[in-house]
Amino acid sequence: MVLELQKPRPVWQIMFSTHHTDVGYLYLVFGIIFLFMGGVLAMIIRTHLFFPGQGVLISDSATFNRIFTVHGLTMLFLFALPVANGIGNILVPIMVRYKDMAYPKLNAIAFWMNPVGAALLWLGFADTTWVSYAPYSIIRAPGPAADMFIFGMKILGVSSILSSINFVVTILKCKHPDLPLRRVPLFAWSMFTVSLMTIIAMPTYAAALIMMLTDRLGLSGFFNPFAGGDPIAYLHLFWFTFHPEVYIFLLPAIGMMYEIIPRFSRKPLYSQASGVFAFVMLGIIGFASWGHHMYSTGMDFTTKVVFMIGTLAAVPASGMHVFNFLATMWGGRIRFAAPMKFAVGGIALFFSAGAGGVLNSAMPLDFITHGTYWVVGHMHLFLIGTIGFGFVGMIYYMFPYVTGRMYNEKLASAHFVLMFWGTVQTFFTQHLLGLEGMPRRVYDYPPEFSSWTTLNQISTIGAWMIGASFAIFLASLIYYSAKGKPANMDDPWGIGGKYYYPVAAKNPHGGHSGY
Amino acid sequence: MGHDTAEWVFVAIVIAVLCYVGVDSWIVQKAVEDVPANAEVIKVTGQQWFWSFEHADGTKEISTLHVKKGHAYVFEIYSRDVMHSFNIPDWVVFEDAVPGHVNHAWFAPDTAGTYPIQCREYCGLLHYNMRGSLVVEDDNAT
Ligand code: HEM
Ligand SMILES: [Cu+2]
Ligand SMILES: [Cu+2]
Repeated sequence: MVLELQKPRPVWQIMFSTHHTDVGYLYLVFGIIFLFMGGVLAMIIRTHLFFPGQGVLISDSATFNRIFTVHGLTMLFLFALPVANGIGNILVPIMVRYKDMAYPKLNAIAFWMNPVGAALLWLGFADTTWVSYAPYSIIRAPGPAADMFIFGMKILGVSSILSSINFVVTILKCKHPDLPLRRVPLFAWSMFTVSLMTIIAMPTYAAALIMMLTDRLGLSGFFNPFAGGDPIAYLHLFWFTFHPEVYIFLLPAIGMMYEIIPRFSRKPLYSQASGVFAFVMLGIIGFASWGHHMYSTGMDFTTKVVFMIGTLAAVPASGMHVFNFLATMWGGRIRFAAPMKFAVGGIALFFSAGAGGVLNSAMPLDFITHGTYWVVGHMHLFLIGTIGFGFVGMIYYMFPYVTGRMYNEKLASAHFVLMFWGTVQTFFTQHLLGLEGMPRRVYDYPPEFSSWTTLNQISTIGAWMIGASFAIFLASLIYYSAKGKPANMDDPWGIGGKYYYPVAAKNPHGGHSGY
Repeated sequence: MGHDTAEWVFVAIVIAVLCYVGVDSWIVQKAVEDVPANAEVIKVTGQQWFWSFEHADGTKEISTLHVKKGHAYVFEIYSRDVMHSFNIPDWVVFEDAVPGHVNHAWFAPDTAGTYPIQCREYCGLLHYNMRGSLVVEDDNAT
């Protein structure tokens, strides 16, 4: 294992393995690498926007547009999905007590499609924005970047369908007969929910991509108004896939918090049933709200109302998760080790993001916020605030089990404080910028609005803090996986109780004798 | 374990808040979309990367739009190429310009002054600079 430094195996043994933990490590390493690549792009964007006036850091808007597009694509499809899949691959078979994923070869194939998709996205470096609205993406976006984007997304989409089928079959068919579905741990439930959602949602986007490609080639005119098509049709197909997809990004992070919170509160989970119910509810209602991205496209009043109701209907289920976490922590003997800090920080940011979302979905307010920096602030409270914090917490949580060594708790605290403060400063400020009217996806802003300049600078300083926190993270991941103190594998944090995932014991290729 | 009263109360409170938000925004949106009958039509066309305007009397303007204080105007929004979004933040005028569609938004400015106009949907290279201004003038005729 790359990370298993006590008894290293040659890298190729992991790369050509189909064992679920090996494929899981591949996903994890891949996702973490792209977290940093996407993070560098984010730092470039924010640094560029520190001052108004063109050419602060990036000398032309074409490059700027490409950078924020690839930043978004990288963070969503090359960081968030792979890390969730990686942790899912490692834990889900163990949680359902099976020796591997249902289809190990398919699992490895699904992973190896990711580097190919990633190469297409990064070598193309498109400027379509991650949503790539028609007709811009058809009649104006320069090739070959836009075509490489289409093929890259196509491959990543197929990969995520394959891995979702694998998760669903593993959980339904390979689950130990003594283990009823409702007792399957909530992280596995989150992977189960998002896999079903992927299988239902993704084909629509896959079809839209093909239609976009043939439109670009001039063979068809589905979304091209100058060939008789309708761009609004593209928006419907896109958001039919991608509003559910935002829950696909989010729910694994919530599932990870369900692993961390009870353990570090030293109390049983408040309610398994309520967690399962909330996942399933979100999985269903997530399909009823895609139109909230399209309020301003000329939608009629009734349609807007329907989608507003669909959007608000998803809120109680999210609230139930928050309640479940708080009720679990209530009266617990909480140990604020790194995983717990990140989980609790993530819940706080999840709550504020949700509150902002309720405001967004109210139609009249959406006309103030849509397309402005408010949206950038709002979505990042989910993306980095909830997904980022949940994943980072889970990575610290798994660190001793994967490497056999302990990370440094002080550095992890520094990481947490900087990242939390930075996130609040960067993204709360962007809400204000949005209310002041600053549009998103802009290369430059007029210097005469002095409040825009100030707010942008506050936001950029926050982003630098996040950047610094991740430099600490990277350094300690590398250093302590090689040089850290050997961890007490039965109880790395000294909180009692037994961890129920014997990671290496489950791995026939692993060098460990089991812990 | 299991649902207990606290959780039900919590869920009930959340649902109550949502109902309030939903009903309130229904009422507001209904009012906002109610275009006054005497509103004057202004055609707005977005294209990469500027706005042009055509008044009811046929006068055309580019980038700068002049209107009179105390009158109601309804914008007919067109696009000549890709999607744009016509936005006057200070007057909460915001509606996409979609090629092949005509969209509407209306406003009735009641303070004179100059206000920024911008594009709020990514439309390519100079999206950031697709800006203009709205000049609201006192209506001397009345
Ligand atoms: C270090 C933390 C981060 C910073 C400072 C940051 C900053 C930014 C900025 C400045 C933009 C451009 C906004 C615009 O001009 O519209 C952006 C866009 C975006 N970011 Fe991030 N980001 C961070 C982390 C993340 C993470 C963790 C994710 C996802 C998991 C993410 C996903 C996105 C997406 C989807 C977009 C939209 C791209 C588009 O408009 O096409 N970001 N980010
Ligand atoms: Cu959505
Ligand atoms: Cu634009």
